[in-house]
Parts: sequence; structure tokens; C-alpha cells
Amino acid sequence: MNYLWNDSLSGFWSAWVIVITLGSIGFAFWLLYANRRTDKTPDAEGNVETTGHAADGIEEYDNPLPRWWFQLYVATVVFALGYLLLYPGLGNFAGVLGWTQEGQWEEEVAEAEERFTPIFAQYEEIPIPDLAEDEEAMRVAERIYLNNCAVCHGSNARGGYGFPNLTDDNWLYGGEPEALLTTLHQGRNGLMPSWQQLGANNIENLTQHVLALSDLEHEEERADQGAAVYASVCAACHMPDGTGNQALGAPNLTNDIWLYQAPGQSVADSIRQTLRNGRNGHMPAQASYIGEERVHLVAAYVYSLRLEE
Amino acid sequence: MSTALEHPTYNYTVVRQFAIMTVVWGIVGMLLGVVLAAQLVWPELNLGLPWTSFGRLRPLHTNAVIFAFGGSALFATSYYVVQRTCQTRLFSDKLAAFTFWGWQAVILSAVISLPLGYTTTKEYAELEWPINILIAAVWISYAIVFLMTIKLRKTSHIYVANWFFAAFILTVAVLHIVNNAAIPVTAMYSTSIYAGTIDAMVQWWYGHNAVGFFLTAGFLGMMYYFVPKQAERPIYSYRLSIVHFWALIMVYMWAGPHHLHYTALPNWAQSLGMIMSIILLAPSWGGMINGMMTLSGAWHKLRTDPTLRFLVVALSFYGMSTFEGPMMAVKTVNALSHYTDWTIGHVHAGALGWVAMITIGSMYHLIPRLFGRTEMHSVNLIAVHFWLATIGTVLYIAAMWVNGILQGLMWRAINADGTLMYTFVESVEASGPGYIVRLIGGLCWVAGMLIMAYNVTMTVKRSDAADARQPLAQTA
Repeated sequence: MNYLWNDSLSGFWSAWVIVITLGSIGFAFWLLYANRRTDKTPDAEGNVETTGHAADGIEEYDNPLPRWWFQLYVATVVFALGYLLLYPGLGNFAGVLGWTQEGQWEEEVAEAEERFTPIFAQYEEIPIPDLAEDEEAMRVAERIYLNNCAVCHGSNARGGYGFPNLTDDNWLYGGEPEALLTTLHQGRNGLMPSWQQLGANNIENLTQHVLALSDLEHEEERADQGAAVYASVCAACHMPDGTGNQALGAPNLTNDIWLYQAPGQSVADSIRQTLRNGRNGHMPAQASYIGEERVHLVAAYVYSLRLEE
Repeated sequence: MSTALEHPTYNYTVVRQFAIMTVVWGIVGMLLGVVLAAQLVWPELNLGLPWTSFGRLRPLHTNAVIFAFGGSALFATSYYVVQRTCQTRLFSDKLAAFTFWGWQAVILSAVISLPLGYTTTKEYAELEWPINILIAAVWISYAIVFLMTIKLRKTSHIYVANWFFAAFILTVAVLHIVNNAAIPVTAMYSTSIYAGTIDAMVQWWYGHNAVGFFLTAGFLGMMYYFVPKQAERPIYSYRLSIVHFWALIMVYMWAGPHHLHYTALPNWAQSLGMIMSIILLAPSWGGMINGMMTLSGAWHKLRTDPTLRFLVVALSFYGMSTFEGPMMAVKTVNALSHYTDWTIGHVHAGALGWVAMITIGSMYHLIPRLFGRTEMHSVNLIAVHFWLATIGTVLYIAAMWVNGILQGLMWRAINADGTLMYTFVESVEASGPGYIVRLIGGLCWVAGMLIMAYNVTMTVKRSDAADARQPLAQTA
């Protein structure tokens, strides 16, 4: 009968829980039972005589407990004891049914896996570009996207401050099927270090240089001075021409797309903030969370977004 | 207050003070509720300011209605009832005065500190540690005044209303001190001495007993005096009051874990919370039966007495929400209702339907007597208030039932492929109409409270005028 007991409480505390629980239920029942009868008989109006004392003029009858109320009370006590026999409650006694919330959850998940996995499995063998054109599959995929991805990337997939737009053709880590699958499977960690140590003057020069790379309004002289610093510090990741490097997730600086431009912030200020403080972008790995088959579908969904344009 | 109103035996000054503040804080607390209800329909009404954002005004609303409005009502009625039923003056006028001014200071501290963002994050216990110490001091003084008055009583028996008041005062002292045990870090910041799941369990042991003792036992004390008084009938059953009193205070203590179903709380603790909540049904209904049956032989009075109507409808809502509560504590029901608006509806069935209604009925009985009148300035306005309050409560609860079940069903609806049928934001969108109906219900309530304020003002004024003509001590 060992399965009837689990070991979450020490023996003493388990016994303590059992004793005070049954003691309390016993007290509640005794209280009711001891008062079930009254020896007083009702008058013509149906009321029995009062207790004899009055408080500020308020008297009290001593009517018996209503029968239906008495039965209701007994029924709840019986239910409680039955429940404690079947389910965990009395300390470490696990209950005859062996039910736990963890067990219920695992059972439901297993059931769902069995029922739904075949539905997703049928899509797994289909190459992503083909799957992206399958309307039926994309309806399923969109629902997975909306419930798992939309919270960051938006319900229209256009992203937001710190969260990449998935509908444009600008990819930090690449937009081809393999790259999308890697992103979804393993997640991504984008790291832009802080360059505070370059000093305020260099940071301003670099800012003007980056603005120039995207053909935005800038101070010519500072942008030129920034070029040398850019070549020695930034070019390693963002490439000498500023077009970025998808192997590192280093963004393209020439296309006027600014992931970290906060609402109401100027591009120049967002670049200054990035250079001073660095950035850390985090895309969590999804495979262990939504399952392999669904990852494949979501990758196809993200791939399909470009087809709508 | 004119000295002509002073009662030769009893201390009515502190009762009058608390009674008036009950009306004032009722309006403030409910108005805040209406603002929050409106913010849920039109979020821009938070004005984009931190001080008026939902997260800061919500605890102010709950603290204002529970502790300022409900608290003042409990102080007023318990001080009145204990003196009348023990036939003795309050133990100490000075200590009683301290409880009044101390309690108002606590409320003002909440009005300032909560919008500024100071919070312990514990629901219904958001106030920070210096304020908590003041609360403890006031509450212990309250216990001394109340219990010593009972000790000095000139009657042989302790009347049932005083059992409930005493249980409420003692238990709230224990709950407040245990749940707020914290290590101060700065002048307005502290950390709980409990961690993780234990902290959550202590919080909901407190939280549910705040409902059980502050909002139930205390108000049952009120019910046991004002219902028989207003109906002029004896209490139905002394025996029933003994059984349901002891059962109620013993079983309520266990119910807290039903707030933590399907969480990190161990399975055994969740089960105990659930079964004790179910056993709680009969003891709760004991109070309703005793109140309702007290009216037998006096039902005809409901036609002419809107004050009695407040008291009876309060008992009906009490019966309804104490049935709903155990039902929602059942795990399978809770799996649907938890985290939805159903919970908000349930709380307001109790808070508006029971607590506020029984308070208002009691105040309409109490206030004229405190100011040397036999009845309120206008009985018709009490009737108008009654209908506004009843309709407001029904609109509120019905809207939240619909919203809650709608949300619960939308969150669990799945497609044939196992994906969720709705995103969370779609359930928010679907709740919009319910939020508008709830707002209308809230507006009915505030309108009723403003009518009450007018009626009370006129009653107090008329009593002053009467004093001027006939400067004799008038006592109820």
C-alpha cells in the first residue's frame, strides 16, 4: 500500500495535519449533533418559548435547528470525509484514487499529444516553402503563432520596440527555412556590447557615421571622423560597408531599420543609447515549449508572411 | 455636535463620528470603484499618470471600501450595540477616541501612500510597515475597549451580536499581525518574513479570513442587532446561533487554500481548503436563516419600511454568495472560474449585496437615533436608495457572471488541432459590453450613496434645529 503515501511531509507533521483535520471536522459535527434536539414545544404560532433573557429589548426564541439545514450540514461533512478518503488531504495519505494535480496534468498532456501529434506530423515532411502555400496548414500555423509569438512580435507580426518585424525582408539571422528553424529550435541571443569606454566624443562621431550609412541627416565632419573608429571597432561584426552579418546576428546599418528606436525617440538618440549601454536581444528557444512539429509549422508561417506582400 | 445630544449613560460621540465617516468613506470608496470600472472600458482615463493608473487606484478602492467604509461601519455599530446590549458605557472614552482618530489616520495614510506606489503587494494588506504598526495599535485598543466593555456589562448574558463582534476583532488582530510580519528595509519598504509558497499561503489565510471575519462575522454581529430591532421580532433560534457561530469561526480558518488551487501549494493543503469551504456552507446559511426567520410575523413591514428591505435583501445576497463561494472552491468549478471576472462578481455580491446593504440598513436605523430623531429625514429617499442599490448590485453581478464564464470558456476552447481557439486579447475584447454594464451598476450605487449623504445631512440638521427650539437631552 506504499503508493497510498507520499513523502512530502515528515511523519510528525503528517500526523499533525491528520489529527487537527479530523478533530476539526469532528468538532463541527459534534456541535451540530449535540444541539439536534430541543425539549421545548412550539406554541400556536410555531415558535417555542424564548430563552428568557433579553438584550436591549431583543428576545430570543429557542427554535430547533431546521431539519433541511441539519441534513445539508451532515451531507457536507459526509462529502468531506469521502473526499479525504479518495483524494490527498490527510497529511501524507495520498488517497485511494492516487490523484495528484501533477498526475492530472501529465495525463492530459499525454492525451493531447496522442490526439494532436498526428495532425502536425503530416506537415513535418513537407518542405517549408511548399507548406507556406498550403492554406489549411497556414490557418493552423497562424493560431499557434497568435498564441505563442504574437505577445512579442505582434498579432500582425510587425514587431515592436526590441522585437523584430517578421514581415519585411530584413533578417538578423536570415530568413531562409534553415535559419528560421534554427532560430525557433535554439533561440537567439543578440549581444551588442557597450562602448562607453570610447568616450563621449567618439560615440557622437560614431553616431553621425551610422546615420550617414543609412543616408539620414548627419554632421558631415563628425561622420568622417567616426569612419576610422567604425573601421577598427564596429566593422568586425557589422562589416566594413555596414550591411551586417547574419552569422552573428549583427544588424544591417544601411537600411534605415532601427530595432531599438523607442516610441518618440529620434534615430540619433537610439543609436547613442545603443553605443553607450549596449543591447541584449533574446529570442527564447521554442522547440521544447511548443514541440518539434509545431516549430516546423511556425517556421512555414513566418516564411509565408513574405508571400502576402 | 451639540452637547444636548449626549446620552446620559452611553458614549454616542464616537458612534456618531464613525457613523458619519461610514457614509463619507462609502462615497469615496465606491466613486473610486466607478473610476476603475470606467478605466476598464476606456483605459485612457488613467490619464497616463502613474498616480491615477489602475494598479495604484485598485488597492486604494479595495482598502477604502473594506477598511474605511466597512471598518467605520463596524466600529460604529459594535460600539453602539455593545453599550446597548451590555447596558454599560464604553470602557474608556479616551481609548475609543484614539480608535476613531487613529483609524482615520490609517485611512489617510492609505489615500496618500497607495497612489504614490508604496505597496507590500499583498492583496488587501498593501499598506507598508509603519502604517501596519499604527493599525495594530488602533486594533489592540479597539479590542481592549470592546472586550472590557463586555466585562463590565450589567446584564447576565452576552448577546449573540457581541460574540460575532468579539470574534471579528480578535481574529483580525491575529490575521493582521501574522500576515504583515516583515523586515523593514527603508522607511516605506519592507520584505515579508515568509518566502514563496508559504508566503502565498499566509497571505490567503489572511485574505480569506479578512472576508470571513472582517466582512462576514463582523457584519453578522450587525445583523443580529439591527434585524430584530428594525423588525421588532425576537431572534428565531438561540440554538441555531450557537451552532452556526462556533462552526463558522472554526471552519473559516481553513478555507484560505481555495485561493491557490492548481498552484505550487501541496495537493493535501488544496484539498483541505476545498472540503472545509464546502462544510462552511451550512454554518454560513445558519446566519441567513436566523435573520430571515426572525422576520416571520413581520413580513408585512417590508411594504412600508425600506430600511428593513435593505436588511432583508442583504441577507438574501449573503445566502447567495455563501452558496456561490463553496461552489467556486470546488476544484473543477475553480478551474473555470479562477482568474476570471466571475471572482470579481462573487466578491461584489458579498461586498455590495451583503456588506454594504446590511451597513446601509443599519445606518438608516442608527443615525436618526444618534441624532435625537425617531426616523430619517425622508423615508421615500431610503426607498429610492434601496432600488438603486439593488438594481446596481444585480447589474454588477450579472455582468461579471457573463464575463467570467465567457472568459473561462474562451480560454479553454481549442480547435480540432489542439491549438487555442482564442488569443487572450480576444477574451478582453469580448468582455467590453460586460464592463459597460458593470459601470452602470457602479453608477447606480454611487448615486444611491449621494442620496444617502443628503438624507443624513438633512437628518442631522433637523436634529440641530430641534435642539435650538427645545434644548433638552433627547435620547433614543
